[in-house]
Amino acid sequence: MSLLEVKDLRVSFPTSDGLVKAVRGVSFSVDPGRTFGIVGESGSGKTVLTQTLLGLTPGARISGQAVFDGTDLIGLSNEEMREIRGAQIAVIFQDPLTSLHPLYRVGWQIAEMIRAHDKSVTRAQAQERAVELLGRVGIPRPRQRVRDYPHQFSGGMRQRAMIAMALSLEPKLIIADEPTTALDATVQAQILDLLLRLQQDSGTALILITHDLGVVAGIADDVMVMYAGRAAEVASKPDIFYRPHHPYTKGLLESIPNSSAARERLRPITGQPPSLINVPSGCAFHPRCAYVMDRCLSDEPRLTAMPEDPYHRSACWLPASAAGLSEQAEEVRRRTVQEGRGADAARIAASIAESPEAEGSVIA
Amino acid sequence: MTGARGKSPGTAASGMLSSPDGRDGDVLVRVENLVKHFPVRGGGLISRTVGQVQAVDGVSLTLRRGTTLGLVGETGCGKSTLARCIAGLIPVTAGRVIFDGREITNLSRRAMQPVRREIQMIFQDPFGSLNPRRRVGSIIGDPFAVHKTATGAERKRAVQELMERVGLNPEHYNRFPAEFSGGQRQRIGIARALALRPKLIIADEPVSALDVSIQAQILNLLADLQDDYGLSYLFIAHDLEVVRHVSNQVLVMYLGKVAETGPRDPVYDSPRHPYTTALLSAAPAADPETAARRQRIILTGDVPSPIDPPAGCRFHPRCPKAQDLCGRQEPVLEAKPGDQDTHLTACHFPVDAGEDLTRPRARETA
Repeated sequence: MSLLEVKDLRVSFPTSDGLVKAVRGVSFSVDPGRTFGIVGESGSGKTVLTQTLLGLTPGARISGQAVFDGTDLIGLSNEEMREIRGAQIAVIFQDPLTSLHPLYRVGWQIAEMIRAHDKSVTRAQAQERAVELLGRVGIPRPRQRVRDYPHQFSGGMRQRAMIAMALSLEPKLIIADEPTTALDATVQAQILDLLLRLQQDSGTALILITHDLGVVAGIADDVMVMYAGRAAEVASKPDIFYRPHHPYTKGLLESIPNSSAARERLRPITGQPPSLINVPSGCAFHPRCAYVMDRCLSDEPRLTAMPEDPYHRSACWLPASAAGLSEQAEEVRRRTVQEGRGADAARIAASIAESPEAEGSVIA
Repeated sequence: MTGARGKSPGTAASGMLSSPDGRDGDVLVRVENLVKHFPVRGGGLISRTVGQVQAVDGVSLTLRRGTTLGLVGETGCGKSTLARCIAGLIPVTAGRVIFDGREITNLSRRAMQPVRREIQMIFQDPFGSLNPRRRVGSIIGDPFAVHKTATGAERKRAVQELMERVGLNPEHYNRFPAEFSGGQRQRIGIARALALRPKLIIADEPVSALDVSIQAQILNLLADLQDDYGLSYLFIAHDLEVVRHVSNQVLVMYLGKVAETGPRDPVYDSPRHPYTTALLSAAPAADPETAARRQRIILTGDVPSPIDPPAGCRFHPRCPKAQDLCGRQEPVLEAKPGDQDTHLTACHFPVDAGEDLTRPRARETA
């Protein structure tokens, strides 16, 4: 039984330029105690997706379902959402400085969170709990530090305080939106370590949103790769990294500098992410895809399971045997593309090859 | 794969051995014992100096022609300040900067003018570093105007050639920065930096604000330009994999001092300073097996204030190997036994190959 089951969620924002389709039909589920990574570049819809779950996208047009622990979160009133937010689903944002109120003491803010959800807790009890939580997230001398203001904390300590606040009501699910992006490498390692340890202790489910595949490689169980408001690929972590099926996932992996290919040319994805007002027809990735076929221009692929592993799903017209980074997989792709590419797709492939930014492996 | 780039990193010596006149032909930039302190003012009505931020404290480095020196360190370690001192954007407190055989430390504005053509910068934020109200063609053409090297139609042609070279459409000459994406704006910044054919480009976190797929495009572009024009790069980044990818030599800074420096491979493959070791172990690896295998050294606490840095080795309060000596005596930056003489480490108790640093000692971390 999943803790969170999202079905065909769509979110769009009316603007003066047109309707921004930020999330375009995303389905996924998160089991209790698991870490679910959502990876995507700027504008892929990963943040809008999770903010919608929490009722934090006012003015948006929303359809679909998001069943959390038996309750559909979509369409809850503000009052009902407030009961769930914080108490059952907690959030950790990227920037801990703007998520803490500068004029209140850190301990007060944690205690406030506890008292807001349970009036029977006295001020003293809540304060005592804040001290205990700060200690649990590794803040030294918590009894003194609980009286500090946020500016007296370093970036890493503020993020620890945010985590303490997220833990304060023992939520079933924590959503961490780029929790370590603003932090230095050594502090990032501390925070990821802490998140992993706390999650193992408490059995909380974690949704980890990040643009950094390195963060996901460290602590996620399952991964969803998003592109232009849709899920490109969903799979267990090893499958995403070692048997990627979607050319976008493959492109992301190949874009990252790594030690084995130091000072060799990188293989970026050509072009830029699309506008979410005029999303390309068919597969939204087709204008940047080296494996574009005629079909990709007109038909939008749905998430389809791999025959040998139903959890590994990819939204791409390439056959399942194209999954992987091996020579054989490349051969399958090449053959499929040859068969499926007519004049239209050939024109796009040629324009990718000619683009000044063309650096990827292009099948012309 | 378009083939390996034909450069073997850092075979040439790059120690701190200074030739008497600083005029060894192969060296483009030599920095000797550079110090930059910023005064901290305070004290009520009459402002007086109450302390010094020791942003850069005795850093020496050498950058050879046509190569890349990667500068690594956490927020506040002084890497950007060091870059700005080298570029002559801020006066230095002490020490020497020798560029192309000539000392340029604290030159007057007028004397610095011709040097500025040869040292250009690329900044992190492609949004903040371009004036939103000016057209791209005039932004890229600015260096020509400032240095009065090309005018009118000649300037326009030069700008369009530059745009083409960095992968922008020359027809977009009259567009505003807002009409470009982040990656394209970074290309505009690169075109502007290239305009006067500089010898040195200082790139301060040039790809940090970009998505990975775009980041790879920009890194490839920088590599191509280096090959074509023989540029030297001082490349600052906090992403260790990016620095490894682009650098011949690496310099790791901690709290205003050099912790370790040397050719890329020895520093990455067998780091000797515990800080370098921790930094490398903390960098997220985009590979689950590496990530699972890797023993992360979790450093306790935060980087201390550069106003009142710890005595002795500045890293000692966070160091898993620290002993009494480290708090008393500052370690000298030197080649450790068994290392190449260009691989220098400032540590009393350098890390040995295979040494386990993963169990930090219990320590109060205020």
